[in-house]
Amino acid sequence: MISLENRVVLELNVNNHPGVMSHVCGLFARRAFNVEAILVLPLGGGETSRIQLLVNADQRLDQMVKQAEKLRDVHEVQVKEAAGSSFERMVQEYSAA
Amino acid sequence: MPSMTGAELLIRLLERQEITTVAGIPGGTNLPIYDALGRSSRIRHVLARHEQGAAFMAQGMARSTGKPAVCMATSGPGATNLLTAIADAKLDSVPIVCITGQVPLGLVGTDAFQEMDIYGMSIPVTKHNYLVRSARELLHVIPEAFRIAASGRPGPVLVDIPKDIQCQSVTFDMLPAPGTPETSPDPDIDQLNRAAEMISRSRKPILYLGGGVTQSGASETATRLAEKNTLPSVMTLMGLGAMPHSHPLSLGMLGMHAAKHTNLALQECDLLIAAGVRFDDRATGRLEEFCPDADIIHIDIDPSELGKLKTDCVGIVCDVKTALEHLLANVQDKQRGEWVDRIATLKRDFPALLPKTASPLSPYGLVRHAAEYVGPDAIVTTDVGQHQMRAAQAYPVTRARQFLTSGGLGTMGFGLPAAIGAALAHPDRSVICFTGDGSLLMNIQELATAAEHNLNIKIVLADNRALGLVQQQQELFYENRKFASSYGNALDFTTIAKGFGIASADLANSEDPASDLRDILGSNGPALIRIPVNAAENVYPMVPPGAANTTMIEGAAND
Ligand SMILES: Cc1ncc(C[n+]2csc(CCOP(=O)(O)OP(=O)(O)O)c2C)c(N)n1
Repeated sequence: MISLENRVVLELNVNNHPGVMSHVCGLFARRAFNVEAILVLPLGGGETSRIQLLVNADQRLDQMVKQAEKLRDVHEVQVKEAAGSSFERMVQEYSAA
Repeated sequence: MPSMTGAELLIRLLERQEITTVAGIPGGTNLPIYDALGRSSRIRHVLARHEQGAAFMAQGMARSTGKPAVCMATSGPGATNLLTAIADAKLDSVPIVCITGQVPLGLVGTDAFQEMDIYGMSIPVTKHNYLVRSARELLHVIPEAFRIAASGRPGPVLVDIPKDIQCQSVTFDMLPAPGTPETSPDPDIDQLNRAAEMISRSRKPILYLGGGVTQSGASETATRLAEKNTLPSVMTLMGLGAMPHSHPLSLGMLGMHAAKHTNLALQECDLLIAAGVRFDDRATGRLEEFCPDADIIHIDIDPSELGKLKTDCVGIVCDVKTALEHLLANVQDKQRGEWVDRIATLKRDFPALLPKTASPLSPYGLVRHAAEYVGPDAIVTTDVGQHQMRAAQAYPVTRARQFLTSGGLGTMGFGLPAAIGAALAHPDRSVICFTGDGSLLMNIQELATAAEHNLNIKIVLADNRALGLVQQQQELFYENRKFASSYGNALDFTTIAKGFGIASADLANSEDPASDLRDILGSNGPALIRIPVNAAENVYPMVPPGAANTTMIEGAAND
């Protein structure tokens, strides 16, 4: 069962178009920052989406937040606790299966 | 209500951005754009011979003017040929807008002829990119592309436009306003005041100036600040020109190929004022040992640069010019006699080593002589290698946007097309390109473009029949095992130039090289001057990659 310890959730509000996931995932990949889990849903009328990324809370987190904020399709980045997030429920579901 | 095709709209929007020159190559999927471009009376098209050349021409325009410049390519191979030059623009923060044709939207994703996912491929090398899905979108995408390219930390933007979108007609009320740079965020005045205090308190400060100083038009402010508070100043490769080469407070370039006194002064400083720099490893050497005794103030418009490599700095997110103006108003007039004396001693004991400058046929001499003959108004481009480092060490750069070189990516092949771009943007100036035989061969086809437009470009080729800088590393760090770094055949570059319709001279055959060099540099139109140099002559000093900047391998003394 994967642990949420030392992990946080990055919550990104982004434009919703076919290239956005490439921009976001590509950023993490090329800066060698692993994404453990990912969740995306469109918001409201579908113009924007919310992406939640479960990532390690290491010393590069601050840099990754700043880099994510530089993406033009990203409107806002927030760092949230992993405990109590949707990932907690998913972890339970996955480990029950 | 105006109605036009997507292609016509694009060209109208480019005209409104005051674009007057576009470099590119047409092909199947951008022909509607070219058809509209051909009917523009305001934009001149320069037909490159390779798309990489076109993108470096745009860079030459953008780097020499500070304004976004445009290049174009067709889909597939045309677009992929742009990528190296776009990556180069990304690393050196150069504002270019690249417009590519794409297969019709309905064919996207079907592996159609000349379809390539340039949107996906260009994500890591652009500041932002677009795949345009309707002609109407151009109304906001084009101004936005220019705004993004020029705002904050500048960078390249790619706009991919499917062929059917170029042909689609669009009706609209009004053309949008041209995209202009966003105003930069207000600085944190408390932080700036704190920085001013730190400068006042310091005893051995050094000002560390990078490309951001040029980008924000802050070079004069930086020089005045240095003068007011007596701040000895170092420059990165991208920052050369931020302070004139001959300024008494200038310590020239820092880092891997700096003069020894420059790196030693940094070692002793107690305060480093870093402006528009990114602590690149070529500048800092082993980061842990860079300025070990110094407090650091780091000013940059890009928040992600602060704390990226050096974490214990006073970070100020701010336009460099705004920040330096504030500091200029708030620091004291100061003489710093002791520190100035110490710097003078370092300069005397460890002078810049530029041997044999008296001879125009020596690697340093050719730089100094050429600089003297073209005069201080000339724009300089370089390629990448030993000749580049020598030009950076020895060229008497007088101002920002004068010395154009590929810093972050270090792309061989930059020099000639960038010189063409600079010449297109500055028809009143001469442009001189320092190149090596390896680099020149990477975009030599653009000699045809220079000849066609009779541009005032002088190519100074230091021909060592080798990949000189590679050989140097093999000699120093691979026990002299030179492999794949020299050319087995000699090329006749002067004949090649003539074949392109370009005047040329080989100083090897000259009875009076200095006078021949002066004559050809003073002539009008493009010319190539070949100067044979010895491949065994290395560029010194040199900090081994990964070592501290105080570990310098030294070269021959001055004579
Ligand atoms: C496109 C590209 N390929 C390879 C390199 C690696 N490289 C750096 S310097 C150099 C040699 C450059 O040779 P030349 O242009 O003749 O200049 P010299 O060092 O001899 O003055 C090479 C191959 C590079 N910087 N760029």
